[in-house]
Amino acid sequence: MNIAVVEFLGSNCDHDAEQWSLHLAGIRSRMVWFTETDLSWADLVILPGGFSYGDYLRCGAMAARTPVMEAVKAHAARGGLVLGICNGFQILCEVGLLPGALLKNRTLTFLHQEVVLRCETDRSPFTRGVGRGRLLRVPIAHGDGNYFAEPETLKRLNEEDRVAFRYVSPGGQVEEAWNPNGSQEAIAGILSDNRRILGMMPHPERASEALLGSEDGALLLRSVLGVFQGV
Amino acid sequence: MKARVHVFLKPQVLDPQGKAVMQALRTLGFSEVESVRQGKFFDIETGPLPAGEEGEERLRAYCRKLLANPVIEEFRVEVLEP
Repeated sequence: MNIAVVEFLGSNCDHDAEQWSLHLAGIRSRMVWFTETDLSWADLVILPGGFSYGDYLRCGAMAARTPVMEAVKAHAARGGLVLGICNGFQILCEVGLLPGALLKNRTLTFLHQEVVLRCETDRSPFTRGVGRGRLLRVPIAHGDGNYFAEPETLKRLNEEDRVAFRYVSPGGQVEEAWNPNGSQEAIAGILSDNRRILGMMPHPERASEALLGSEDGALLLRSVLGVFQGV
Repeated sequence: MKARVHVFLKPQVLDPQGKAVMQALRTLGFSEVESVRQGKFFDIETGPLPAGEEGEERLRAYCRKLLANPVIEEFRVEVLEP
């Protein structure tokens, strides 16, 4: 499986993403500069977390206008897999590959903490191996993770089973007290209409080894690898 | 041309920053303040552009392509000097 990790100016989880597949599966990702124009060789493109272009204008706005994003769009149009984590999710929304937008956290503060996610669908390469209803402990680290979409978009996401993850209580219930950033319907991650693009604010790549406090994030990558290898 | 482009959140989008600013104003004794919505503006200078609608349409294209996110924001263009 060929994995591309895109590096923008200001990405800071690019090497976390690289180590993710290297440690879990021995797969060495290719690091791709934001000026790249060809991703036709890639099976999975990861847009990593960070603060590309200093969050100037809006989070992800400048990165969304870089040459590599035209290649990501072409990759997506071919049915390629794309995973946007944190800033990567913001970029996917800015470029229109995913609906909605990420607003400033309702707390107005940068949030860095462990959260509990509930997997809401197994109908995607990223979540098939996770399983609907499974709870995952993974960290968040963002200032702008407050998911917003118009009511008709939310309705469509729900009807089409495209909400991948929600923030929930340790008991697995959606409760406002356990929705850290104020996201609508506690949405933490969503899928594209072809279910091959996942954007999520939490960081599964930072919670994939026991040493880091949680291995739950490994389920996501193993799910993709399993689907790809026909397991 | 000199222009000012205003970009602001759509009314249905919550603005926690504006709300915090409103509360700060009230705390300072300006108890009449009922709502604050925070936005931004861009002062832009360009080479010669056609006057009137054609030039303004050009400015609106800046907004659609980059300056505003149509999912959450609205914009207004204002020509300061033709």
